[in-house]
Amino acid sequence: MGRGGHSLNALQVDQVSFSFGDKVALDQVSFGIETGRLNALLGPNGAGKSTLIALFSRLYRLQQGDIRVGGVSLRRQPRQALRQLGVVFQQSTLDLDLSVHQNLAYHAALHGLSARAAAPLIEQELMRQSLLAHQHQRVRELNGGHRRRVEIARALLHQPSILLLDEASAGLDPASRLALNQHIRTLCAEQRITVVWTTHLMDEIALNDPVVVLHGGRVLAASSAEGIIAKTGHTNLNDAFRYMTQTAGASA
Amino acid sequence: MSPAAYLACLNGVLKREWLRFYQQRSRFLSALVRPLLWLLVFAAGFRAALGVSIMAPYATYITYETYILPGLCCMIVLFNGMQASLSMVYDREIGSMRVLLMSPLPRPFLLISKLAASALISLIQVYAFLAIAWMFDIQPPLWGLLAAAPALLLAALLLSALGLLLSNGIRQLENFAGVMNFVIFPMFFLSSALYPLWKMRESSEWLYWLCSLNPFTHAVELVRFALYLQLNGQALVVCLVLLMVITSAAIMTFNPQHAAVRRRPQGD
Repeated sequence: MGRGGHSLNALQVDQVSFSFGDKVALDQVSFGIETGRLNALLGPNGAGKSTLIALFSRLYRLQQGDIRVGGVSLRRQPRQALRQLGVVFQQSTLDLDLSVHQNLAYHAALHGLSARAAAPLIEQELMRQSLLAHQHQRVRELNGGHRRRVEIARALLHQPSILLLDEASAGLDPASRLALNQHIRTLCAEQRITVVWTTHLMDEIALNDPVVVLHGGRVLAASSAEGIIAKTGHTNLNDAFRYMTQTAGASA
Repeated sequence: MSPAAYLACLNGVLKREWLRFYQQRSRFLSALVRPLLWLLVFAAGFRAALGVSIMAPYATYITYETYILPGLCCMIVLFNGMQASLSMVYDREIGSMRVLLMSPLPRPFLLISKLAASALISLIQVYAFLAIAWMFDIQPPLWGLLAAAPALLLAALLLSALGLLLSNGIRQLENFAGVMNFVIFPMFFLSSALYPLWKMRESSEWLYWLCSLNPFTHAVELVRFALYLQLNGQALVVCLVLLMVITSAAIMTFNPQHAAVRRRPQGD
């Protein structure tokens, strides 16, 4: 990642800094996200991953630097950039008292889709996420894994080119976590959708996945997982990551 | 984005608010019980003590129940406006505000759509209340009920905008109780909802001025005159100007960061 020009990157982060008062959350962060791949944003708690997601989704205003979504500046054309993004936040943002279908219909309306235009898209996404049988159930009645699928269906409903998943597997049991990861990989492969998957769990990252390692609001590495392992001289990503974050912590 | 996209979005926000309201039937009942208690118990008890002489817009002497009817309609609207404020804070806390803010449509439009949805929900409650009052022989002119709709809508938009402005300053759901004590009750009691302003003036000049300056008084008077097929020009102008000022202030002070900060448990 970050190797080539903008043509390679579905999402380009340029010199982004962000602070909460005196506390620096992101410091001159730059990297690119490869088109049509599952890109991992790896970092411990407090690394700045969720801050980046909030900046991508315009919940935070950019203070310094710029983010380009499909070449569109989030600073200059935020609404055009937003149209290309689907987001699944760390904690559920579904309306628990509405049905699965009602949640999706609300999202479609917020993206300017009429009920008629939204109906086939909703059906298609429900089918793709194997949720058709649950469409009239209240979200409150669904298990954690199904709720995540509803959020993914919702994020993909307006047909974005980039899907952002912020610690999407948090709170799921190991089997559901694995199933979700595989599901996203299948989506990515079948639809060539660009995925940004933020995590602190190494087992969710495959060796050939592009990875950005964040620590203390800075980019420590941006390469494939196997590239990072080779660079640090370790045998697995877990050790490589621990080495990098400890070295960065010691030099800070 | 085309006008059809804006319409679809407005439609979606209205439908969502309706579904939430429909599912919270207890909210509907409590919204009705409160003014009905005032109308059927409080007003009945004070009927003899609080007679109201001839005053605009009434053509003759009226009972106290008739007098407080517009005030109680506005009470529903006031409580619903504050409920909308509570709902905004709640939406921020549970995260569903993020879904709204991820819309590619302009944020002022999204917020105004929320206000419109809240105002229309108020209207449903007010007309349910008026229907019950009608059954108890508290009956304004039939055409007045229709003429009051735009006045009630304006009042509802104004008070919902006030609710939105307040919600911008409330960081946590727990702080909402303060709104009850410092906004709803003073606004309601320091108005012409329960007593005519001239009666207030007889007892205290400064209370009279406080009531006269209260936006809620103007909302009540607008509705009172509309119910009797008359227009209170001053109340209309005050409500329109306040609606524009408060809505603008609410939009300008709205900070999407509030929707995100609360949901950062690990400070990530």
